[in-house]
Amino acid sequence: MPDETNDIGLERADYQGSPNTLCKGCGHNAIIGQIMSACYELNLRPEEIVRYSGIGCSSKAPTYMLKRSFGFNGLHGRMPSLALGAMFADRTLTNIGMSGDGDTASIGIGQFKHICRRNPPMLYIVGNNGVYGLTKGQFSATTEAGVSFKRQGTSRYLPVDICMEALASNASFVARSFAGDPKQLRQLIKAALRHQGISVIDVISPCVSFYNFAKNLHSYEYAREHEIPLHELEFVPTDHQIMIKDFEAGTVRNVKLHDDSIIRLKKLDKEYDPTSRWQAFKVLEEAEEHHQLVTGLIYVDPDIPSTFDRYDLVEEPLNRLGNGRLRPPRESIDQINQMML
Amino acid sequence: MQEDSTQSPHKIINDFCVMFSNINGTGSSTANTTVMRALFEMGIPVSGRNLFPSNIKGLPTWFTVRVSKDGYLGRVERDHVQVLMNQDTVAEDVKKLVPGGLVLYDEAFSMPETLPTSLAFGIPMETLINELDIEKRLRSYVGNMVYVGVLASLLGIDMERVAGAIEFHFKGKTEAAKMNFHAAQRGAEWAQANIDRIAIPYTVEPMHITDGYILCDGNRAASLGTIYGGVQFVSWYPITPASNVIEEMNEFLPMLRKDPETGRMTCAVVQAEDELSALGMIIGAGWGGLRAMTATSGPGLSLMAEHLGLAYFAEVPVVVWDVQRVGPSTGLPTRTAQNDLLFAANISHGDTEQVILMPGSINECFEFGWKAFDIAERLQTPVLVMSDLDLGMNPWMGKPFQYPDTPMDRGKVLWEEDIERWTKEGKLWGRYLDVDGDAIPYRTVPGNRHPGATYFARGTGHDEFARYSEDPQVWQDNLARLKRKYRQARALVPQPIVERQKNARIGIITWGSTHMPVGEARDQLAAKGIATDYLRVRALPFTMEVVDFMQEHDRTYVVELNRDGQMKELLTLEAPQHAYKLRQLSKVDGLAMTAEWITQRIWEDEDGCHA
Ligand SMILES: Cc1ncc(C[n+]2csc(CCOP(=O)(O)OP(=O)(O)O)c2C)c(N)n1
Ligand code: SF4
Ligand SMILES: [Mg+2]
Repeated sequence: MPDETNDIGLERADYQGSPNTLCKGCGHNAIIGQIMSACYELNLRPEEIVRYSGIGCSSKAPTYMLKRSFGFNGLHGRMPSLALGAMFADRTLTNIGMSGDGDTASIGIGQFKHICRRNPPMLYIVGNNGVYGLTKGQFSATTEAGVSFKRQGTSRYLPVDICMEALASNASFVARSFAGDPKQLRQLIKAALRHQGISVIDVISPCVSFYNFAKNLHSYEYAREHEIPLHELEFVPTDHQIMIKDFEAGTVRNVKLHDDSIIRLKKLDKEYDPTSRWQAFKVLEEAEEHHQLVTGLIYVDPDIPSTFDRYDLVEEPLNRLGNGRLRPPRESIDQINQMML
Repeated sequence: MQEDSTQSPHKIINDFCVMFSNINGTGSSTANTTVMRALFEMGIPVSGRNLFPSNIKGLPTWFTVRVSKDGYLGRVERDHVQVLMNQDTVAEDVKKLVPGGLVLYDEAFSMPETLPTSLAFGIPMETLINELDIEKRLRSYVGNMVYVGVLASLLGIDMERVAGAIEFHFKGKTEAAKMNFHAAQRGAEWAQANIDRIAIPYTVEPMHITDGYILCDGNRAASLGTIYGGVQFVSWYPITPASNVIEEMNEFLPMLRKDPETGRMTCAVVQAEDELSALGMIIGAGWGGLRAMTATSGPGLSLMAEHLGLAYFAEVPVVVWDVQRVGPSTGLPTRTAQNDLLFAANISHGDTEQVILMPGSINECFEFGWKAFDIAERLQTPVLVMSDLDLGMNPWMGKPFQYPDTPMDRGKVLWEEDIERWTKEGKLWGRYLDVDGDAIPYRTVPGNRHPGATYFARGTGHDEFARYSEDPQVWQDNLARLKRKYRQARALVPQPIVERQKNARIGIITWGSTHMPVGEARDQLAAKGIATDYLRVRALPFTMEVVDFMQEHDRTYVVELNRDGQMKELLTLEAPQHAYKLRQLSKVDGLAMTAEWITQRIWEDEDGCHA
């Protein structure tokens, strides 16, 4: 049997990473698995993807996917700034940032909120396990109050909700998913990679070594039992729209992204409009109240200008401009000197 | 107006210091810089210093203009002429007047009973302002120009030059310029009618020394140099005294860096949420192949420490301007110092060494502005440029800026066709592989579509192919290569400037803007019979010349503006064998160094040596 390839002639193996050193069963593995599949299915060239991360098990994860792409594993909590600066170099690339709950919501909450408001075109995915995995089991900003860890005692403070923070900071695409729901996760990742601004996906991604407690949100068991998807989700790329099947009227909501691709949201038990910020806050608030894991596309505004729409930069990648276009001409120096008084 | 200046036998011509004492936020800086510009336009060397509080409105501020026929630009400790426009500081201010100096003050002020001079004149500011032939509500804006006119008349500053300076300031706003000049004229008329100029010992006369020179502050020069260096990405967080390095860009980038074909920009400026982020962004951009820079001061530099280690270790070129102010901590935000050197030299944990440039004039601010990028990209490492508040925020005269005399050096960057060629030639590429034996590897940048070009950068241990590694040998080899690479900087950085005097047995070493008083101090010492050789360090790592200089001299005084003698410490580390010959000559009190202080110390010390 010939090896299967995508439309650009690449095999799944072309999207693989370096050998994985995460624990078996770690939720982060599922996340990178779905990212690789999404990139394969979207026919993205690995060389045209850039990976960014901070520090943590979740931030190591990008090493284990997309080996053929550029990547930068920076400082703890500082991935957003690094990514933003790098994105200015060549604005045609696809950007994937991967972080953890500690990396994003503890040490990095400031940079996280600012990258949300700047809205650069990137997937910002959080492997949210409610614990510091890499440093072996301390509380993070998303650990629920009252949780006890072996060497830490009991968590005293209320957790931070990453989706809520993203929303409050004007992120243009906010989603929540679960490492144990690969189908939904992949559709969300695909949509996120096509969205023209920042796409935050907060993925409940259990840490099997330090915090997979069945009675708590960040475990496989709890998440499976309490997951409430807002809708059934399907991403339809621009060139596949002919294949869209008709659903019964009123059951499907289409959200058109900037490149004309479509996110099809099939209604489950309740009506949900992900273009309403107000509804988004409400649904998150209710989920928290009832200890439920609400998943799906929580909020999207396909049309907010991205970071680069806010700068009047030359068309071509800045990092390909020749010296002649960067250094002002010799004649200009006299004019400048005239002004110096 | 100039007829009497030669008649008095005791006139001091073009060699004195005028101090203006004002209240912050009263628009006095326009008036004071008008005086400075008018003097400069008369061809007389001038330097201006603004001493201001960390406050927007209501606190005292001082501006001094030094007039020096010899071209000395350093600070002097006493004032010869004072213009006192702040009642609150009068009593303290007059203590700094030289005996017999000239004092002008607002007639409404209550003055100390005894003054060190008989030449004190109250200007009826309120009356003169109220008599101005302009709309009442506008009078207070131009009020300060009254004392400009008085001063011009008493010192012999050409009123046409005053008019020119005012016009320059108000660029095209003719009405405003007219009103301001009118106020100055009123002041001049009043002075002519009420004060006998013959009694005033200070006067100015036109010279031609400043012909062709420019006036500019160091931050603006840095900004322009950066733009001529082809900067493509700037991220920053506001902080005194560094902010206007970037704010000037907002003025000059649209003028200089709009793509002629498309009218679009070739450089982006992002105001970050803090300095952690500012440095993170420029590391991202530098890694992406852009010429990236930021400007900050002490507190911001502290926040940048972790990121500077990442840039050093992941080998990412970035340029960081540190316009130094007085620390520790928030310290004195609006006062000058050279006190970040030790911190910057090895900033970040682990075995980190940074390349540092130290401009000592506006011309060097401009030159190092563009050169810093060439060095950073050639070496693939951060370059820190250490300016200071005194140099950065005050107007200095200097030669016109010179267009860069070497083409931009983008360093070892491989694009698709290069990787393709290397592959064909069977030449092996690894991001951290020392192909040329100079410890500087070749890099690729995102956007390079060649499948063989990509790599994963990280701050963790890595081998020559950028793969994660904890191997002891790999770690050691990599750090050793980084050390060799750092040494390569010696050939790239600006070399020290050495000036010698005949038979000098003692040396003076300084760096940065302290250069200005040192030159003057050497003349003063020479006049006392002490010959000195002089070396100004302009970069780290040190070059051999610095070590030789220490060796050649019996004693070497290291003059700098900090408590601990930070340059002296670094010299001691560099050449412990000569350390016993070094003398620390440092202080920090928020004010710029003066020649008097340096001369006095060296004189005392040398006298002691000979006794
Ligand atoms: C400045 C800094 N402080 C502390 C650390 C230590 N550290 C490494 S990873 C980590 C926590 C990571 O937690 P999270 O982001 O949730 O990732 P996870 O391992 O759980 O996936 C910490 C505190 C560090 N690397 N840098
Ligand atoms: S420690 Fe936890 S987070 Fe880290 S790899 Fe193992 S399971 Fe995953
Ligand atoms: Mg975690």
